[in-house]
Amino acid sequence: MKLLVNGTTHEIEAPPEMPLLWAIRDLVGLTGTKFGCGIAMCGACTVHVNGSPVRSCSLPVSAAEGKAITTVEGLAGTGVDHAVQQAWQQLNVPQCGYCQAGQLMSAAALLEKKPNPTDADIDAAMAGNLCRCGTYIRIRHAIKLAAEIKSSGGAR
Amino acid sequence: MTAYTRRHFLTITAVAGGGLVLTISLPGCRPKSGAAPTAGGPIDPGVFVRINPDNTVVITITKSEMGQGIRTSLAMLVAEDLDADWNQVRVEQASFAPKYGEMGTGGSSSVLSNWKRLREAGAALKGMLVAAAAKDWGVDPKDCRAENSFVIHPASDRRTPYGALAAKAAALSLPNQVTLKPKAEWKLLGKDRSGVDVADITHGTAVYGLDVKIPGMLYAAIERTSVFGGKVKSVDSAKALAVPGVKQVVQIDAMGDGINIHAGVAVVATNTWAALQGRKQLAITWDEGPRAAESSESYRAFMTAAVNRAGEETVNKQGDPDAVLAKATKVIASTFETPFLSHATMEPMNCTASVTGNQVEVWSPTQFPDWGAQSLAKALNTDIKNVQVHVTLMGGGFGRRINPDFTVEAALLSQKIKQPVKVVWTREDDLRHDFYRPCSTHRIEASLGADGRPEAWRHRVSTPSIDVLYGPKPPNGWGPNETDGSANMSYRVPNRSCEYTLLDSGVPRGWWRAVSTTHGMFAVESMIDELAEAAGKDPYEYRLGLIDKVWWQQPPDSKEFPFSPDRLKGVLTLAADKAGWGKPLPAGYGMGISCGFDHLGYAAEVFEVSVINDRLRIHRVVVAADSGPVLNPIGARAQLEGGIIQGLSATIKERITIVGGAVKERNFDGYSVLRINEAPAVIEVYFVETDTHPTGFGEPAVPPVAAGLANAIYRATGKRVRTLPLGLRMA
Repeated sequence: MKLLVNGTTHEIEAPPEMPLLWAIRDLVGLTGTKFGCGIAMCGACTVHVNGSPVRSCSLPVSAAEGKAITTVEGLAGTGVDHAVQQAWQQLNVPQCGYCQAGQLMSAAALLEKKPNPTDADIDAAMAGNLCRCGTYIRIRHAIKLAAEIKSSGGAR
Repeated sequence: MTAYTRRHFLTITAVAGGGLVLTISLPGCRPKSGAAPTAGGPIDPGVFVRINPDNTVVITITKSEMGQGIRTSLAMLVAEDLDADWNQVRVEQASFAPKYGEMGTGGSSSVLSNWKRLREAGAALKGMLVAAAAKDWGVDPKDCRAENSFVIHPASDRRTPYGALAAKAAALSLPNQVTLKPKAEWKLLGKDRSGVDVADITHGTAVYGLDVKIPGMLYAAIERTSVFGGKVKSVDSAKALAVPGVKQVVQIDAMGDGINIHAGVAVVATNTWAALQGRKQLAITWDEGPRAAESSESYRAFMTAAVNRAGEETVNKQGDPDAVLAKATKVIASTFETPFLSHATMEPMNCTASVTGNQVEVWSPTQFPDWGAQSLAKALNTDIKNVQVHVTLMGGGFGRRINPDFTVEAALLSQKIKQPVKVVWTREDDLRHDFYRPCSTHRIEASLGADGRPEAWRHRVSTPSIDVLYGPKPPNGWGPNETDGSANMSYRVPNRSCEYTLLDSGVPRGWWRAVSTTHGMFAVESMIDELAEAAGKDPYEYRLGLIDKVWWQQPPDSKEFPFSPDRLKGVLTLAADKAGWGKPLPAGYGMGISCGFDHLGYAAEVFEVSVINDRLRIHRVVVAADSGPVLNPIGARAQLEGGIIQGLSATIKERITIVGGAVKERNFDGYSVLRINEAPAVIEVYFVETDTHPTGFGEPAVPPVAAGLANAIYRATGKRVRTLPLGLRMA
């Protein structure tokens, strides 16, 4: 089976029902995408499939075959971090950081759809991403900062 | 501020290629010699500070990072008094070694224990670099200064980078005395520093326990007894072994001894998914053991009865509260109940282990590599010299990763299969095999004097003991540790007692962020609000008038940093002031206040909420905290914000339910934790920076949350909440 992750094609051997998460982590070998719950309740495993945020723990790898998969490792542009990465760094958002790959992927997808998200937009897009350290307030600020960075041309 | 270094605890050595290494040893843990690394050989892992010829400063961190920012704070301590260029500072995580002394991370104690010695190390090293430069230039070291990793001689306008001086400095002897920089001269401390791991985290390159990969490693999932204390009667593994990728099925025996591993069956496979699929195919017959009839309901019945009679242990008693209450015309009595809580770290437990003969090597997201190493040596029957524990980043800790169970379990499995293995816990495993914050019932009976102040206060607590699992009964009983936050409450009452009754329970207990104060302070800070109400007084003013250097014997107060009523009053006043305590609020709105001290830190919190159509909304939280000087404000604020959000999550939503001796909840669908749409819109953080030894911010903000929120809900609705979680829906 061929998997297109962050622009690179990986040849893997996986049963079709294996969740995309484990294919990415164990077989492709990219561990930035995290395992948190296995039932799409925490969002730690969020990746983009053809640009849309997906909980990779609950998507069979066969459903992602032939599609463009982006993980947190592929979020930055060449030489420049994505706006959400810049904002997360500026506001020192992460504590333990384990959930943040999923938070970043959800936030990046939100900004694609809504360049200037309201608090309600942020609630709706981010409520599926748990953070146990309690970084929610900073995540909200960072999404707004990322929107500014994007609109000022500081990053994609 | 002048500090005298204890010279024999510091050693300095040259490193091949021109660098320099400063080692700090702890009393009783001195290295055998200041042995210099051999040319081209590996650098002694006992170093704390290394200066490389390229000018980078590498600081070894001996505490575990779980999101509290300790890798940043400890590096700042060294760099400040070294006058190092922060942009050239790197950190390295220490693997377990006895020479590091206590490596355990918990109790908000990492800054406390490193504050002086890391700054002394930085200052001593700087002294040598300055001396080396001065010698080179033929000038008096007093006429030189250090700045941003350079030694500068202003009179001749000469400057040399640390990297170029390291080799020469290594040949000098350590100074007998160092002067630590006064606060006014701080360049790094007291100013915001982004976490040293933040860039890696945002790029997905930070390595947590679950991300470890070692050559030849297999993956394992373990089906553990769901009933605590259960055993495997028999297992049919034929179907599991038929799953593609599954290699072996191995039985794991239960282990007590403070390590507390559950009986189970491990499925070992070539990848995580295959292990999980194989595990589903196991047919296990369980012996449920002696705890199968226990439940949250049976515990509740026991604890309710226990707090309605004299306790088994009298933890503290002053005056004669029993007699005063017996004679009182009015007794105010309330019962408070809290459930078991799970840590629910975002990264489930896991560990990678490689055991070959008597050699044990693990990569573990552990808060206590030293306890881990001791437990590994014991469980695998080898000398601790044969044990290596590498500490990874942790996806949350909150006290769960203090326990060595998950580390030892992986090593035992590797020993059995004679191959390296990563044991992956699912969310269900993690939630159902935690070491839980104990459930508790508190009953407080009080009477008021003519002036409205409390005259008698009798506090009865029943809860399982954490310590029962880890050692023999202390001479002063189980009660003192379980009544932290209860027995040592700081309001002046002439007749007061705290009594404790042990609940026997098969549910594993452990240390959950701030530990016993999380339930004790809920009872005390709710009750004091009720007494203020009964006395017709403002709850803020009432508290302020009662906080005092009150008597208590147990749990013992800190000798070095005894409880300070002034500091508690200081944070209380600041929080009330910043929150606009007493300002008019719309209908359905309320403000609640609470305060307390925990792990040597002081915190006061004000919650502004509304409850409209039975829907709770938290509009604003104000917290004032005093753990002494703030080293990294952006990090300290994060700890307080996080502590409050975790406290709110527990107060509003979290409950572990025991049915049939097992945990009922399975995943985040049943064990609900606070989400972004439910979090407060605003948490304002203020500091009182008492000029004293700094302590930690990780825990002190957590315990006041439950009562503060409950008190706010009372003001909004007129209803007292005394049983947690609230279970209110969020607007």
